[in-house]
Amino acid sequence: MHPFAFSRVSTTAAALNAGAGNGRYIAGGTTLVDLMRETVERPAHVVDINALPYKDITVTRQGLRVGSLVRMSELAAHPEVRVTYPVLSQALELGASAQLRNMASIGGNIMQRPRCPYFRDVHSACNRRDPGSGCDARGGDNRMQAILGASTHCVATHPSDLAVALVALDAVVEVRGLDGPRSIPVQDFFLRPGDTPQKEHSLRSGELITSLTVPAGAHTRRSGYLKVRDRQSYEFALASAAVALDIRGGVVRGARVAVGGVATVPWRLPKVEEALVGRRPGRRTWTEAAALAAEGAVPLSENAFKVKLVERTVRRQLMTIGGQ
Amino acid sequence: MPETFDEATTLKRRTFVAASTAVAGLPLLTSDRLPASASTPTPADQLSTVRLTVNGEQRTAQVDNRTSLLDLLREHLDLPGTKKGCDQGACGACTVLVDDRRVNSCLILAVMAQDANVTTIEGLARGRGEQLHPLQQAFIDHDGLQCGYCTPGQVMSGVACIAEGHTGSRAEIREWMSGNLCRCGAYTNIVSAIEQTAKEA
Repeated sequence: MHPFAFSRVSTTAAALNAGAGNGRYIAGGTTLVDLMRETVERPAHVVDINALPYKDITVTRQGLRVGSLVRMSELAAHPEVRVTYPVLSQALELGASAQLRNMASIGGNIMQRPRCPYFRDVHSACNRRDPGSGCDARGGDNRMQAILGASTHCVATHPSDLAVALVALDAVVEVRGLDGPRSIPVQDFFLRPGDTPQKEHSLRSGELITSLTVPAGAHTRRSGYLKVRDRQSYEFALASAAVALDIRGGVVRGARVAVGGVATVPWRLPKVEEALVGRRPGRRTWTEAAALAAEGAVPLSENAFKVKLVERTVRRQLMTIGGQ
Repeated sequence: MPETFDEATTLKRRTFVAASTAVAGLPLLTSDRLPASASTPTPADQLSTVRLTVNGEQRTAQVDNRTSLLDLLREHLDLPGTKKGCDQGACGACTVLVDDRRVNSCLILAVMAQDANVTTIEGLARGRGEQLHPLQQAFIDHDGLQCGYCTPGQVMSGVACIAEGHTGSRAEIREWMSGNLCRCGAYTNIVSAIEQTAKEA
């Protein structure tokens, strides 16, 4: 680990001033400390923001607001969230371990960096870590890599389960900079690698995530998360699906579907949603809609299995949420 | 009783080994093809003093900011019961309780544990270590270990798992203990130990 200066801030103004001076914010530290130890991250100044007041969870008729410093375990266990936004609780509890969920903040969760082994190994070529150096993953061990949203520069999947659920529910990331607050729709928050794989999100330098909001809707109660992995627990997704359905009068009125483990960013599936809305719930509807889940996929040498896997993951979760 | 530990004046064997390794590693870092960090802080800015409560005792130590809570416990506070497995949050061997919640001490910077209340495996037994915590006894009764390296982390995680109420079935225990790996494969007996202790709690 490279040497760094450490400071604590207790006001947002102090945090933003430190951030403007290239201070690196730390909350749970589960991503940052790990990557600092690997020397992938080498901040000269680490700023502890845990004393800031972004720790509340509020559920109203308009929706859900979660402070960025709320821990994964706290949001997952919140009684109203479990009932009204079950897809969030499920995505959280299917991620990491009980210990890590006690540590990791909600703001930090969506700031997670790729889990690609070549990104984490400073002796490998990686355009995200070292722009222009190349991508050892594409022609290397690419079984876990993305089949959607990749570019010639990067094929790393996005690791967050929570982010998949947030994208499905049209969440908004509330941030604050020295210029004031602004709101970023979560779909615009995560950036595909394109020609600038080192740019993973649309935060401006020094901006701080203060909260996430999730709008209320008829679909949020009938929602859930399915995660398919190499082992039963404590593992990243091979494929995952966040599904939320509004079914009334024997017809699908609204549908939200997003997938994880297969794309470079949390991946919303608007064509699957279109194929669901207006249809009668049932096996045929689920199967026909899920067949569109991998549209546009470009598999690598070892991960073509993800094409069928993501279709079946979506289909199974539609059956679970919508009924057979 | 409050205790101050100054790493500049007290050098223990473990600290010495760690320091020597760090020095030996330097040429590798400088020959790395990555550019150097934007600005390296002054030596004084790289140190912090951390005050915390460990197993009911106030402790103070001056640490390099890079020190993890795990290394603070093991190398500075003479509490080597907490184990270092992967040092990257993947195995759970370093599990301790911070403010009664189970966490991976390898991924916590020691300086971030300022004012924290930490419980390690050394703090679990009562009466100067003579009366084992019921879960420690249950691990013995059920043979919940072979080599024993993961055991302190398993026990600390199990204590929290029981306190959280995630012990409704063997499947639930397995899911909520999945952050603790055991390469000997003692899982069946670990689950039995937790199951029995939860029932008797």
